[in-house]
Amino acid sequence: MSDKVLTANRLSDGISVWLDASGQWVENLQDAFVARHAEAVAALEASGKAAVADNKVVDVNVIEIEEKDGVLRPLRLRERIRAEGPTIDYAPGYRGLLGPFEAA
Amino acid sequence: MYRYDEFDHAFVSERVAQFRDQVGRRLSGELAEDAFKPLRLMNGVYLQLHAYMLRVAIPYGTLNSKQLRMLAHIARKYDRGYGHFTTRQNIQYNWPRLADTPDILAELASVEMHALQTSGNCIRNVTADHFAGAAADEVADPRPYAEILRQWSSVHPEFSFLPRKFKIAVTGAERDRAAIQVHDIGLHLKKNEAGEIGFAVYVGGGQGRTPMIAKKIRDFLPEEDLLSYTTAIMRVYNLHGRRDNKYKARIKILVHETGVEELAGQVEQEFLQLKDSELKLPDADIAAITAYFAPPELKNRPEGWEALARWKKADAGFARWVDQNVAPHKHPDYGMVTVSLKPIGGIPGDASDKQMDAVADLAEEFAFDEIRVSHEQNLILPHVALADLEPLYRGLLAHGLETANAGLITDIIACPGLDYCALANARSIPLAQELSTRFGAAERQAEIGELKIKISGCINACGHHHVGHIGLLGVEKKGAELYQITLGGSGDENSSIGEIIGRGFEPEKVTDAVETIVDTYLGLRLEQSETFLEAYRRVGPQPFKDALYGATQAAA
Ligand code: HEM
Ligand code: SF4
Repeated sequence: MSDKVLTANRLSDGISVWLDASGQWVENLQDAFVARHAEAVAALEASGKAAVADNKVVDVNVIEIEEKDGVLRPLRLRERIRAEGPTIDYAPGYRGLLGPFEAA
Repeated sequence: MYRYDEFDHAFVSERVAQFRDQVGRRLSGELAEDAFKPLRLMNGVYLQLHAYMLRVAIPYGTLNSKQLRMLAHIARKYDRGYGHFTTRQNIQYNWPRLADTPDILAELASVEMHALQTSGNCIRNVTADHFAGAAADEVADPRPYAEILRQWSSVHPEFSFLPRKFKIAVTGAERDRAAIQVHDIGLHLKKNEAGEIGFAVYVGGGQGRTPMIAKKIRDFLPEEDLLSYTTAIMRVYNLHGRRDNKYKARIKILVHETGVEELAGQVEQEFLQLKDSELKLPDADIAAITAYFAPPELKNRPEGWEALARWKKADAGFARWVDQNVAPHKHPDYGMVTVSLKPIGGIPGDASDKQMDAVADLAEEFAFDEIRVSHEQNLILPHVALADLEPLYRGLLAHGLETANAGLITDIIACPGLDYCALANARSIPLAQELSTRFGAAERQAEIGELKIKISGCINACGHHHVGHIGLLGVEKKGAELYQITLGGSGDENSSIGEIIGRGFEPEKVTDAVETIVDTYLGLRLEQSETFLEAYRRVGPQPFKDALYGATQAAA
């Protein structure tokens, strides 16, 4: 089984988020809780359902990732782009993986 | 110019209030996503990969500077300082917060704009020739008719739950700059021998996974019958269009499955019932709406000719820009200016808040306060005196808006693709940037001449790849991006759907493949004036296949 994390978009602003070990939705994939066996995945799925019911997030999905040199990377390009941001320099203030957007 | 009326005003304000209430209830958890999603979509709010997206309607692509400044303000205050102009003459914001969307819509309403009918299975924003009211080859301004259709179709109860979305385009000129033959209904304004205005009516065009060229079902529909005839088409579609399968629900499939004669017969029959109903357009109504679109009073400015020649001689960059981005106007002392949103290596269709403000200021100063959005993702200043071109150019230059590439190989259409879009298979924008950089040298572009590259990140074809002279379609193969190339498409008065040329190319190889195609064209064209499309239509795909895949392989 490949490792998995739980992702969603935050209800209030739509920003991509991942579930961390303390049950918080965080903006950085690197802080996500990684499920490495079936029970942990089941727990992720249960958390996802609860979060949707709780109206915190929308579009919840369990996605596959791999860990290389301590860095988490989704397997699918779509999820990599969700995690790492658009691959284009779309506006001044966009810093890609260096951190959140800061108005220039 | 047209001002939306009191009814629109009250209605839009009411809708904003309603949506504010719905958003509030969603955020408090009173409304679940299943119930809320159709409501947000009705107000133009989508969810993409990284955030929500707001699509704002720009009816027939026409804006004044006050409205464009508002679009800039929204980009600055509620988004990340930019917006994306689309092939449907709309603008999309990629980062609005859901909680802010009611405020954004309220601000838009203050300049008579909204996001209604930018989503859902209704009649969408009616598009029109971006040179409307200015083009020398125009029979009549298409916008009054687009506006009549807009008013009629806005929250039309009978047509708010169609089998699928419905797109209408109108052109008023000989040359079709609105791609009407790839719309659900395409209307081509013309005059009959008696000098009366009417429309050639096309139905059943479309792109997406099953691209089709529309069929002409009426050669001349008198203008007074516009709404009754359109209603007849809508009724036939609403009744017989397929609701069982989303992929077969567009009218193009109905036309295809029913046969054009049978369908035209059904429409005519329905039309007979409606012809003399209250849908008949009185001359006075047409005249009243046409008056809103009256062209500005264009004074003779013959001094521009001499000045223009002088400026062109003094500045090669300016000369290139005039030759490429300024087209002849009805009035000989004026030109129609394309403000390119395709800087070399940049993101097609994106404009920053500062650029939008700058264009608004320049339009006010030099272009009678009129701005258009073209389906090719550029901005247009339709009426500029030749005598004002030089200061206008300086103003554009100061904001990186002077790229001289209208209609050239770097004037690329690209959808948002996998950098933003939740439906995408592959990225569109980085490919557009790489192609633009590869072919960006002015001399090289001039040598190649007119060549339209259009890129979509999936088969939905928002980037019009089916009608690109060179079309690029992103597909996913074994989890990686792959680009399929089509050749010979075009979205004008002689529309055609491009043909797939062979197996697809990996991201790192596709720019080379396009270059091979371009070089092949340069090698086989009869003379410099034979465009890529003309050459392709003359020789067919084989030389390009041979060049891309090798003669033996292509024959296999
Ligand atoms: C969130 C972003 C978007 C979504 C979810 C979306 C969705 C779709 C879908 C599902 C179709 C296929 C419709 C069909 O074949 O029945 C389509 C077609 C189309 N869209 Fe988009 N689109 C998006 C963005 C855009 C943008 C940015 C543009 C303009 C640049 C655009 C313009 C078009 C056009 C021109 C077509 C093809 C015309 C036709 O309907 O046949 N869309 N879109
Ligand atoms: S063509 Fe596909 S990838 Fe591009 S915007 Fe449309 S739906 Fe998204």
